[in-house]
Amino acid sequence: MSDVDLRVGKPWKKPPLVQRTWLRWVLVIGVIAYLVAAYMTIEVNWSRVYEGLERGKKFVLAFTDPDFSSRSTDIWAGMIESIIMTVTSSVVGIAISIPIALGAARNIAPLPVYLVCRSIIAISRALQEIIVAILLVAIFGFGPLAGFLTLSFATIGFLSKLLAEDIESMDRSQAEAIKASGAKWLQWINYGVQPQVMPRLIGLSIYRVDINFRESAILGLVGAGGIGATLNTAFDRYEYDTAAAILLIIILIVMALEYISGIVRERVQ
Amino acid sequence: MLRLEKLVKTYKTGDQALKAVDLVVPEGQVLALIGPSGAGKSTLIRCINRLVEPTSGKVFLGDINLTGLSTGALRRERRRMGMIFQEYALIERLTVMENVLSGRLGYVGFWRSFLRRFPQKDVDEAFRLLDRVGLAHMADKRADELSGGQRQRVGICRALIQDPALLLVDEPTASLDPKTSRQIMRLICELCNERGLAAIINIHDVALAQMFVQRVIGLRFGVVEFDGLPDALTPDVLTTIYGEEDWEATIEKVDDDSEVAQ
Repeated sequence: MSDVDLRVGKPWKKPPLVQRTWLRWVLVIGVIAYLVAAYMTIEVNWSRVYEGLERGKKFVLAFTDPDFSSRSTDIWAGMIESIIMTVTSSVVGIAISIPIALGAARNIAPLPVYLVCRSIIAISRALQEIIVAILLVAIFGFGPLAGFLTLSFATIGFLSKLLAEDIESMDRSQAEAIKASGAKWLQWINYGVQPQVMPRLIGLSIYRVDINFRESAILGLVGAGGIGATLNTAFDRYEYDTAAAILLIIILIVMALEYISGIVRERVQ
Repeated sequence: MLRLEKLVKTYKTGDQALKAVDLVVPEGQVLALIGPSGAGKSTLIRCINRLVEPTSGKVFLGDINLTGLSTGALRRERRRMGMIFQEYALIERLTVMENVLSGRLGYVGFWRSFLRRFPQKDVDEAFRLLDRVGLAHMADKRADELSGGQRQRVGICRALIQDPALLLVDEPTASLDPKTSRQIMRLICELCNERGLAAIINIHDVALAQMFVQRVIGLRFGVVEFDGLPDALTPDVLTTIYGEEDWEATIEKVDDDSEVAQ
């Protein structure tokens, strides 16, 4: 009797991911038990939450009546500073990211260059923006210079990594065709690689501008300049209506950036 | 004009793709390289212009041994070898004109190519070539707007504008329909004739190869099993190259006249 005869007429089920039955159950029960235990260790002080709700309500209600006018000069100055930080750090960060991304793509860079560039990316990604900002504020003092440097540094880790991955997954034969024509290395990059990764580079750059703007609102909390400093002051003075005004402006700008990036990405396909 | 001496390629995995291949291609000869998948056809072609680095052996183009060249000298020699690819390998997001002109990259400096300011005679030649293959009106279209046959013709222009002495052609018709396949093969062979170019054409379609080329090389497991005229491809020969199969239908003479009229 052949194999087929044995299987015909019987239902078929997809083989389980974990073959051994006992191991499968141990894994499932183990994960559930850990989750239950983990949630039980989180302490919730319900009376504190009740008190806090009042403050939360005030904060949320402030959004119905944001105050743009009484601190308008501070808000305006903070915004301008944030936008300057965003633009400058994005330009510098992207410009530095491109050569690093080329070096971090295994299919075009030799191993030593690859390792160096990947290390730079790893360092940039390992250090969170706030930590870098605190360090740079300690070195350069309060103000937007520290914020600009922080965001440039963070942009490198983000953009180089994602661009390098796009380069690694490009179509090899297109690049090969340019190489076969006797092109020099830079020409090869310009014709064989760049057109393939350009839409991704543009998309990522716009997304990074967006991130840098939002980050610039956070960095002010540690003294690295921008609208975050104004926001922090507003919170310290319990001026929730001014804080709400600032947050609304941030939301509007982020939405505008999102809209623009949608249009641009559609154009560059 | 092209001479391979004991060319060996062993991949890192230990697969021996080429086992001491000797081959001489005289000036102006168009030859087809046939053989089963994995026989080393693509490897052989790529070892000639060193897109794949041969393990040992020599490749002479004229009097120059390509295997011994430095990067810069290799780049200059690559200009004399035009390559045509299976999936066309056009730069999809560039225009047809940029794709054709990219064949001149070996001759122009970086800034000229970066700014797309190619010498006037290159531009003129590009238009002449596009006109020759019937695509002059497509010059400003993006390459990914073209059909398969059109793309391959742009690929041919890109190879020819290099002003090569030799064409390396890797499965030019593998992704094309039968009629377009014939047109492309005919175009390649005609252009080789006009310009006195030698060509090595990898091809799966034995009947198509027989129709157009002057010489056929059969490769099996990295060894040359057959070298002769297209007419000498008998069922026995195909069996030594590909293995046992009924070959009568494959090598049936195809009447080519019916199509020329179109």
